[in-house]
Amino acid sequence: MKQDAMMNSSEDRILLAHGSGGELSHQLVAEIFAKSFQNPLLQPLDDSAVFSVEGTRWAFTTDSYVVTPIFFPGGDIGKLAVCGTVNDLAMSGAQPLFLSAAFIIEEGFLFSDLKRIVRSMKETAAEAGVSIITGDTKVVNRGAADRVFINTAGVGRIPPGIHISGHNALPGDKVLISGTIGDHGVAILSAREGLEFSTTLVSDCVPLNLLVKKLLTLSPQIHSLRDPTRGGLSSTLNELARQSGVGIWVVENSIPVKEEVRGACELLGFEPWNLANEGKLVAIVASEAAEAILGGMKDHPLGREAAIIGEVKEAPPGKVVLRTPIGSTRLLDMLVGEPLPRIC
Amino acid sequence: MFFLSVLCALCGYNDFMKYIDEYRDGEKARPVIEEIHRLADQPIRLMEVCGTHTVAIARYGLRNVLPPTIELISGPGCPVCVTSQSDVDLMISLSRVPGAIIATFGDMVRVPGSDSSLDRARAQGRDIRVVYSPLDGMKIAAAEPQKKVIFLGVGFETTAPTIAATVLEARRQGLKNFSVFSAHKTVPRALKALLELGEVKLNGFLLPGHVSAIIGSRPYEFLSQDYGLPCVISGFEPLDILQSVLMLVRQFKNRTPRVEIQYRRGVDEQGNRKAQEMMARAFQPSDVEWRGIGCIPGTGLAFREELADLDAVRIFDLPRVQSRENPGCRCGEVLRGILRPRECRMFAEACTPENPIGPCMVSFEGSCAAAYKYGS
Repeated sequence: MKQDAMMNSSEDRILLAHGSGGELSHQLVAEIFAKSFQNPLLQPLDDSAVFSVEGTRWAFTTDSYVVTPIFFPGGDIGKLAVCGTVNDLAMSGAQPLFLSAAFIIEEGFLFSDLKRIVRSMKETAAEAGVSIITGDTKVVNRGAADRVFINTAGVGRIPPGIHISGHNALPGDKVLISGTIGDHGVAILSAREGLEFSTTLVSDCVPLNLLVKKLLTLSPQIHSLRDPTRGGLSSTLNELARQSGVGIWVVENSIPVKEEVRGACELLGFEPWNLANEGKLVAIVASEAAEAILGGMKDHPLGREAAIIGEVKEAPPGKVVLRTPIGSTRLLDMLVGEPLPRIC
Repeated sequence: MFFLSVLCALCGYNDFMKYIDEYRDGEKARPVIEEIHRLADQPIRLMEVCGTHTVAIARYGLRNVLPPTIELISGPGCPVCVTSQSDVDLMISLSRVPGAIIATFGDMVRVPGSDSSLDRARAQGRDIRVVYSPLDGMKIAAAEPQKKVIFLGVGFETTAPTIAATVLEARRQGLKNFSVFSAHKTVPRALKALLELGEVKLNGFLLPGHVSAIIGSRPYEFLSQDYGLPCVISGFEPLDILQSVLMLVRQFKNRTPRVEIQYRRGVDEQGNRKAQEMMARAFQPSDVEWRGIGCIPGTGLAFREELADLDAVRIFDLPRVQSRENPGCRCGEVLRGILRPRECRMFAEACTPENPIGPCMVSFEGSCAAAYKYGS
């Protein structure tokens, strides 16, 4: 009934909040796209679609990047466009192989900026071990796009025996995060016009496929992986809780957050678990494998500050519960609205 | 926020967070909670006036560490929520003025008016920008001189001085294309109006820390003197609130109602003279409509005559349309403290943060949004 009220009238329009990665984005996907395109490969609504060709399983994904500003501390839109898609593939357990890259460029955009972005894409692709093998370019009138938008799609191969999905979390599993949260969100904010504040913080934007590859060699008991990008840790945990029909319990004090991020959150009235990350992953793993996987993360340069932040229970199904520092509990809900548009 | 920025600049993020952490320490909270449990042997009903308290109480799950005898009720302390439907409609009408840019704090954008909301108006092509400070509104006006920038001034004594300062600065600079819609409200007399309605039975008030940092503790003294109610001005961290609840319980038990200040690090008896002066230079008290309560004399802040050319209401002189609220929306009763969010039939059913029917579900500080988001 809620959705009908929102989308049935011919006068209703798309709001910015529909793109925030929070509750409205999920409704939009469920009510418009998933309903219309309905098929068994789309239906799991994981980060990548997974399909088999002659016995080999493949992951396929796509994402568009509209971040503003296009250059930010620790990265730029090009690096983000490669990392984002590589990471979406990695979260299905796949080893990413090939990417496409499509550019929508606003008339008047500087060549030097384009070259800088492309160079950064080349370097990031090399770091991740993927090749950009096809692409497209469109130039639109001034004002019809904001400088440059990039779409990338990617394919990767899933090794035999690996079955990772947001639907696989089980009661008793442990919840791990590979490092501090909110770095990307705050780095972008600090560079925003009208909100400039000085911080030494840089975006955590990085390809995670090599970390995932290592974790998969340590234990086959990784049930779910997801990178908490737009919508932050809270949206990711809520998605996983809903997809698996379980309750996820996390302890606030165990979630690693940099002091600068906590400080910025206090100032701006945000909560770190609602802020975007571009180089972190959430892993839900069997309890008996948790310590080994945590150790594996900590031994890797991208997981030094990894932590076990909670566990999976049967109840409350589809919800996330946070234990606060003073020992009480409350729900950790999915982000609603649009506190930070265009962060990726 | 200004205070916090300065604090950060002075002592760095690490010290700042260490400072905050002291007020979130489970070990320090435990004895306070135990003492409250020991003393609260009969029902005590307390109203937290401030929306920021409502959020902190929900965010830290304070209700589930307090004894069942203590009931915390949210009051009319969310500025977006108490903004009347007629004012919301006027804001949306202002966005339709040719060449207008609306500059507003984010909370206001999704509040449903009679037929639309600012975010719907934006999707229809109106220029509505979320800013973090009224000064950003002035910057937009300076950068786009051909446009008419209208800042939506919504808030209590906490925000009013900054907006007063902005208005005075706009006057000093002679900015011609900047104006403010003042929907500001002041707190103490609204509490009197609420008590005079006689609907809500209270045993004490948890009073707002930030508002009181500006106005001091004296304007609340009538609450204990005339109505015999215990009052504590509280800070916003969980330990602040727990300590304040304990102070209220003690006053109640000892039958010694008075206005105490728990938030000593921010509040004194007199308040911030400079901020009060700034407000007095820009605004004068006016009668204003509060959602759910009605017109409360002297609780609005209208522009002084000499600043009329910065007053968006007078400049654009738009007719007030007949406003309609959703007939099922019970935000008014929630704001008067006589209905808990969950007792509203639309709560979490027809009315959710993504599809809000009333402002209490929209604003970050709204009690329905807090109850929904944090499951309290």
